Order: sequence, then structure tokens, then C-alpha cells
Amino acid sequence: MLKIWSMKQQQAQAENAEGAAGKKKKKVTAAQLRVQRDLQELTLGNTMKMTFPNPDDILNFTLTIEPDEGMYKGGVFNFSFAVNQNFPHDPPKVKCTQKIYHPNIDLDGNVCLNILREDWKPVLNLNAVIVGMQFLFLEPNASDPLNKDAADDLRTNREGFKRNVRSSMAGGSVRGVSFERVLR
Amino acid sequence: MSQQGRWKHLYKVMSKPGPYCDDDWVPGSDTIDTLESSKILVIGAGGLGCEILKNLALSGFKDIHVIDMDTIDISNLNRQFLFRQADIGKPKAEVAAAFVEKRVKGVKITPFVGKIQDKDEDYYMQFKIIICGLDSIEARRWINATLIGMVDPENPESLKPLIDGGTEGFKGQARVILPTLSSCIECQLDMHAPRPAVPLCTIATIPRQPQHCIEWAHQIAWQDKRKDDTFDSDDMEHISWVYHAALERAQQFHIHGVTFQMTQGVVKNIIPAIASTNAVIAASTTSEVLKIATGCNPYLENYMMYAGEEGVYTYTFEAEKKPDCPVCGNLARKMDVDPDMTLGDFIESLGERAEAQLKKPSMRTEEKTLYQRFPPQLEEHTRPNLRLKLRELVENGEEIAVSDPAYTIDFRYRLVFK
Repeated sequence: MLKIWSMKQQQAQAENAEGAAGKKKKKVTAAQLRVQRDLQELTLGNTMKMTFPNPDDILNFTLTIEPDEGMYKGGVFNFSFAVNQNFPHDPPKVKCTQKIYHPNIDLDGNVCLNILREDWKPVLNLNAVIVGMQFLFLEPNASDPLNKDAADDLRTNREGFKRNVRSSMAGGSVRGVSFERVLR
Repeated sequence: MSQQGRWKHLYKVMSKPGPYCDDDWVPGSDTIDTLESSKILVIGAGGLGCEILKNLALSGFKDIHVIDMDTIDISNLNRQFLFRQADIGKPKAEVAAAFVEKRVKGVKITPFVGKIQDKDEDYYMQFKIIICGLDSIEARRWINATLIGMVDPENPESLKPLIDGGTEGFKGQARVILPTLSSCIECQLDMHAPRPAVPLCTIATIPRQPQHCIEWAHQIAWQDKRKDDTFDSDDMEHISWVYHAALERAQQFHIHGVTFQMTQGVVKNIIPAIASTNAVIAASTTSEVLKIATGCNPYLENYMMYAGEEGVYTYTFEAEKKPDCPVCGNLARKMDVDPDMTLGDFIESLGERAEAQLKKPSMRTEEKTLYQRFPPQLEEHTRPNLRLKLRELVENGEEIAVSDPAYTIDFRYRLVFK
């Protein structure tokens, strides 16, 4: 044991030959480094925007999606992203901060996207997640629902579902549930 | 057996220098005290873990901790000998700890039921050596990265040797990892080929093998027909349902060979576990712990493979550090800087340095985002930093992490003021 420690000490001394070691400084965490890299490699296009409540904390931010086509066109949707220190081993935690009518997003804002749960792999990056999020608005998926009523609605009556989406986005209610106004 | 009698041989080894021990090794009571006071963490209380706990306790360690998140299943009982029929459903860590404590007087085993990820650096810092008998690569990578991140050059005791054992059928390996000094789990990752996953489209459209039909029944048919039931691989009725669905599909495609047993194997992702392989590997890993903790003999450098399928074969070699290892190859390098240089000039100078040639870097410290090129909001916010002097942004000796899209790896520098 002592031998191993002295090996480390020798290595450290060799590196600090000129001194100036000082007290233990905090290291950039692996999660921060990975997020820094992921952010750099994002392609946001003009339908997405990111905001950082505290720009020094890149692990927590908001993604705003403004779909320019599909049933949700004209809406402004906000998602909070919370990346933990175990990223990229753990996926980011993503929640919709508004109450919206969507088959894959429940009324509490939980999002059902395979790569946020069972299909998450550390090789996936934030870009994959936001592309997936954007896709949810272009192609809501009725076969994998979190909001079962909305999914049934989409499956059985696509036109009616579209109308319900429009009215929910305008702040109206669908089957007795009122939604937040999210129009631009 | 009397306490004296039990440890007689162990004490002998600790009290006399052997032919292989270091010249400066001091045998005697101090070494025995070191052994008995060393706090050891065992990760996993399964096939390997049971053996490891038993071996450590019988090697004279007195303060052992064990982490495992699983509960005992009936299929564990053939080889996980610390468990009995009445223990089924109870947490492995607790039952294993209680059993060994009862059997070996004087040893204290502290169980924790949960995931290794539930614990932080402070927790891992209290141990001298960490030994693991895990079945997942994911968990190995996590503990490896955590231990490497914990190493503080100023404090040698922050370096925690990691002894890793693994088995699959008749094959196994034992390795000693000295975080930051030797090759790490991440460096060695490509030696272990992942189990090839069958693409979902093959399963969904044209199966070729009986296993494809089972995967289809398990992943697709179940979702379709029984989505309200959560599939439980221990529920006989569920397995049987999948088996019949798979059999039917196999007949449609004229595929033979779907059996009940194969169904169980595929859905539970069973790797055959052989008790003796676990015993061999656990014995090897625990003797490494004993040797490292006491210094009584040289330790394994650094990888022992064991193959028992045809006779017995073992081979020991030194796995090398990977220079571009994303975990241990990415330690901070020292860089002398002029503290009165602006961040903008510093970034420009990085582009000229031969070893880096970073053209479009983003960088931060643990606390601050120094400069981030994308997304736009962060760029705008950090742009004013470019005009600030380094001394206004970082402390002397602080670490910065730099990413550049031109490189797949990131760089860490410890900035030392000239």
C-alpha cells in the first residue's frame, strides 16, 4: 500500500517539478465536460432555443421548441433539462414546464421518449435528445402513450385530435381539462 | 477453533519476510494491525461477492463493507452459499453480511442495500481498497471513473486500488487497477466484445433464428397483447406465454429449436454461472487485496485471465494504459500561463501550441463557464470574459477543461501562473 502511495507521490512530484501546487482545487466534473462538448455540437435550427438561468451552470437549462410545421405549429413549448453528475451514464431529466395536450407528455409534464429512459446509452448526446423532442411535436406517437386520452383521440379521430390540440394550445379545455395557453 | 489457532498461519506470513517481498517491508505486529484495521469495500454480494466476503473474513480483515442492490432469488442458491431457502426475497448484502459475521467471530461487515451510484466520493474515500464482483460493465465503468476522479495528487491516500473480478461460464478474469497509475477499466473496454444485439427490424420482420422469435414474443407481441401487465421474467405464466407466442411464430417461419428453456435463457439474458469459476476468481482477487493491504508479497500486474473450458489455462499480462483513454488518459496537464494575459489571447495561444492546436475551443472551470461558443445565449454571456485577464477568471493552479469540435477528446489543463 505504502509502495503504491509513494509511486503516486513520485509521479506527482515529477509533474510539479516547479512547485506551485497549492490546495486541492475543484476539478471540472466528467458530466460538465461532456455537456460542454455536447452543447458545442448542437444543431438547434431556428425552431429551438436554449436558455440558461445561470450561465455558469451548464447542467440545468431550458429548451424552447417552436414547431414550424405539424399539428403543434405556432406553439411555444418549454422543457426543463436537468443533467446529473452521472451523465452520460444517466440520461438527462426532461420535463415540460407547461400543461399541454400531447399523447406522449402527461399533465405533470413527464415526457415519454425512448432515449430518455430504456434506450438511453452513454454514446447518445444532448443533440439526440433534442432531435427526439422535436420529433414528438412533428409526429405524436399514439402507440406509446403517457396521456392515454390524447393517444386514443389521435388514434380514433385524427381530425378531432388536431382540433383539440389547437384549442388546448389556445388555453382552452379538452374533456374538462383546461390547458395552458402556449401560442406565440 | 481458538482465535489464536485460526490466524496462526496468517500471522506467520505477516511476521517473516519471504523471498519475494520488498527489501524495505517490515514484518510483524504493525503489518498485522494494518491488515486488521484496513477498511475494505466489496461491491456485489452475488456469486463472486459471497466468495469474496468469505475469503476476506478468513484472511484476517476485520472491517468490511458490502454494497448490493439485489434480493435473493431461488436460482442463486446453488452457488451463493451464504443464502438459504428462507432468505429468498431478502437483500443479498444484509443476509451475506449477517452470515459471515456469525460464522467468523470478530469481523464486522457493514451492508448497504442500494446502488453504487447512490454513494458519493466521501463514502468511497473511507476505504483502503475496493474489490468488486459485478456482472455489469456499466457499474464497473462507473466505479472506475469515480475512483479515478477522486485521485488527488496532493493526497496519496486518495488513490484507492480497485481489484476487479469477473466470470462468464468457465472463463474469468482478475485485474488490479491503480487509478491514474495503471491501465483502467475504460482502457480495457474494447477487450470485452459486447453481446451483439439483434436489430429490432430483424426481430419484427424476418426472424432467422429461434432466439429472434423469442425476442419478438418478448418485446413486440407482449407489448401488443398484454401491455397492461408488466413483464416479469420470474413469473412462470409470463415465460410460458412468451414461449407459446415464440413457438407459433417459429412455425410460421419454419424455424426449429424454440424450447421453454431457451425462452427463459433469452428473456432473462442468462449467462451460465459456474460455482467453481467464481471460486477461482474470487480467490485470486482476495489474495491481491491481502497482498496490497499488507505489502507481504508482490501484487498482480495487472491482468490474469482464466480459461477453464478445455482443461485449465491462465495467462497473466500487463494491460497498458491507453493514452487517449476518455477516463484516465484525460488528466490535467500543467500549463504555465501569464496571469495578465486576456482569455481571448490565451485562446488564441492554444491554437498555436503544437500539442493542442485548438481552433475553436470552449472552456470552463468547475465553477465558471469561461467561454462557450454555442448555443448563442451562452456565447453572448461569456463573450465579455474574452477581454478579462486570466487572473480575474481563474485561480492559480485551477483546472480548466477545454473541448474543441475538431477533436473527439477533451483536454484538461492546470493553469499555473508564471
